[in-house]
Amino acid sequence: MNIHEYQARDLFEKFGVASPRGKMASTPREAEIAAQELGTEKIVIKAQIHAGGRGKGVFTNGFKGGVHTCSRPEEIREMAAKMLGQTLVTHQTGPAGRMVNKVYVVEAAEIAKELYLAILLDRASSAPVVIASTQGGMDIEAVAAQTPEKIFRESVHPLLGLQPFQARKLAAALGLHGPQAAQAAKLILALYKLFITCDCSLVEVNPLVITKTGEVLALDAKFNFDDNALYRHPEIVALRDFTEEDPREVEASKYCLNYIGLEGNIACLVNGAGLAMATMDIIKHCGGEPANFLDVGGSATKEQVAAAFKIILSDPNVKGILVNIFGGIMRCDIIAEGILAAMQETHLPVPLVVRLEGSNANLGKKLIKDSGLAVISADSLADGAEKIVAAVKAQAA
Amino acid sequence: MAILVTPETRVLVQGITGSFGSRHAQLSLDYGTKIVAGVTPGKGGQLFERVVPIFDTVAQAARETGATVSAIFVPPPFAADSILEGVDAGLDLVICITEGIPVADMVRVKAALKGSKTRLIGPNCPGVVTPGEGKDSQGGCRIGIAPGYIHKKGNIGVVSRSGTLTYEAVWQLTTRGFGQSTCVGIGGDPVNGTSHLDVLKMFNDDPETEAIIMIGEIGGSAEEEAAAWIKENCKKPVAGFIAGGTAPAGRRMGHAGAIVSGGKGTAAAKIEAFRDAGIAIADTPSVMADTLIRHMQELK
Repeated sequence: MNIHEYQARDLFEKFGVASPRGKMASTPREAEIAAQELGTEKIVIKAQIHAGGRGKGVFTNGFKGGVHTCSRPEEIREMAAKMLGQTLVTHQTGPAGRMVNKVYVVEAAEIAKELYLAILLDRASSAPVVIASTQGGMDIEAVAAQTPEKIFRESVHPLLGLQPFQARKLAAALGLHGPQAAQAAKLILALYKLFITCDCSLVEVNPLVITKTGEVLALDAKFNFDDNALYRHPEIVALRDFTEEDPREVEASKYCLNYIGLEGNIACLVNGAGLAMATMDIIKHCGGEPANFLDVGGSATKEQVAAAFKIILSDPNVKGILVNIFGGIMRCDIIAEGILAAMQETHLPVPLVVRLEGSNANLGKKLIKDSGLAVISADSLADGAEKIVAAVKAQAA
Repeated sequence: MAILVTPETRVLVQGITGSFGSRHAQLSLDYGTKIVAGVTPGKGGQLFERVVPIFDTVAQAARETGATVSAIFVPPPFAADSILEGVDAGLDLVICITEGIPVADMVRVKAALKGSKTRLIGPNCPGVVTPGEGKDSQGGCRIGIAPGYIHKKGNIGVVSRSGTLTYEAVWQLTTRGFGQSTCVGIGGDPVNGTSHLDVLKMFNDDPETEAIIMIGEIGGSAEEEAAAWIKENCKKPVAGFIAGGTAPAGRRMGHAGAIVSGGKGTAAAKIEAFRDAGIAIADTPSVMADTLIRHMQELK
């Protein structure tokens, strides 16, 4: 789960992570008032969408840039009017872009130096790690590849937590001295507390800045939360913005289905995440392009299978469907009933290939055969993938 | 010999009275597995299906029944505590089936496991099966949620992060007449108790295991570490498959650990590591068994 910049800033405030003052606004008038209240000489207005690359983005109404610096509150109002209710396209949003429903009005920081700071889970050591770099504002992967000596890491003992000396070490490595080093160490410890308390999987501050007046501030932040831990953080769940998510993924989550939309035209419906990924791979191997990842789980009901079909078919790109079930615990006859119910309801407009293996496979196959509906049956995973790719190609020809 | 568990292994089930736990405890009993105890706090003294005694604590269950291995089916908020209870009771092996445990919980559990005698497999895994001699491999040790009948007793070791993809490999082997020594699902979470490498070392040392199928997926670097070890140390034929070559970067593909982030954990890098280690690569998931069988013949 991701959150907006203004929500991240609220979390920073709560945990004592120093950052510039700002206010969220939903209307041009609110934006103007926010700017007046800040009362600083320079004010920045930022479109609030989850995708990056906002500064260089372009609105579909032609207005350029999702981030602007202004000096008068009236200017902020005019900018807000050009952003709110408009669609912003950046290199991360795809051509469809994202609707901007909120803007963030924030005091401009006079930047003297840009640094980088992140906390994340290191899988190899099964522990959190704090990463800092003198190369702020840049793509950290590129820094790691080109100048690894400019990246500093402190591994955290899972039971002890981040120690103050580790924060001081990082501040020193960043070349900070005196009160700035103390401020940075305090910020790092506060950020670690936030990371642990909120069950984050990633907190990235890029850039962490030293201002011309000597303050250490977290200027921009990216948060990822551990989905498995959201049950114990209703306050974080409340920050979820459904308008930022693929509506098909939102719908799927209501039925406890794991769906991820992709660019291709062959939809797949599979039980188990590993097999679902492998099914996408074999579709590609056979010359097709998968339209989605869909794991119906180990114990799907007839209703869940029917819902899965509707979600798949709501993607206009879909030109064929491959169902691949290895019924271990999942019974194939239940899958078959779900398929038949969905077919009757949706009058399936595209070819459907079904491969059923395992528990009650013969019963499932018989149910489908006896229904007289146009379902192409497959004997193996490879057979299924070849048949659906061929059926989609034949249809296009 | 097999690895980890044998038909004689005495197993207790934590969460035996829940719907998931009871269903799979029953399937394991039907398979012939020695399920000797169940644990559900507050239900001590009752019987599961009129045969298996239920205890309030793991320590009591282990002491009274001689169970050395536990299967965990408790819901995610309580699963970390259940694992630690198994460790405290001195069990040899704890297999956690539960999916959806917060990563922070597992980070603490893993730190607490250091220095203990207990091995953890999972979480978010299908479990472990050592097939038996009977019809549909019955009489073996089935711990977890894998369908028993797809197995066949034999000499191929299977290790995988994914459940259904393991079944796919096992079924391919069985239908081609090749049985399995032990099949191990290590789970799809980013922090787990036992790695591919740990299981490979056990297969390498197991005289009954003649060849190995290793199934990996995108995310992390566990497959690369296993491959590096195989290159130097493993004399047995290994075939491998990596799932997720078509998955988009930055998206979690169902499993909490299946994600390519910051250019790390790609299928291409893992396949390259496999190739470098002399592992025969299955181009598609439908040829996992065929790839291994061909590789075994080539090495003969």
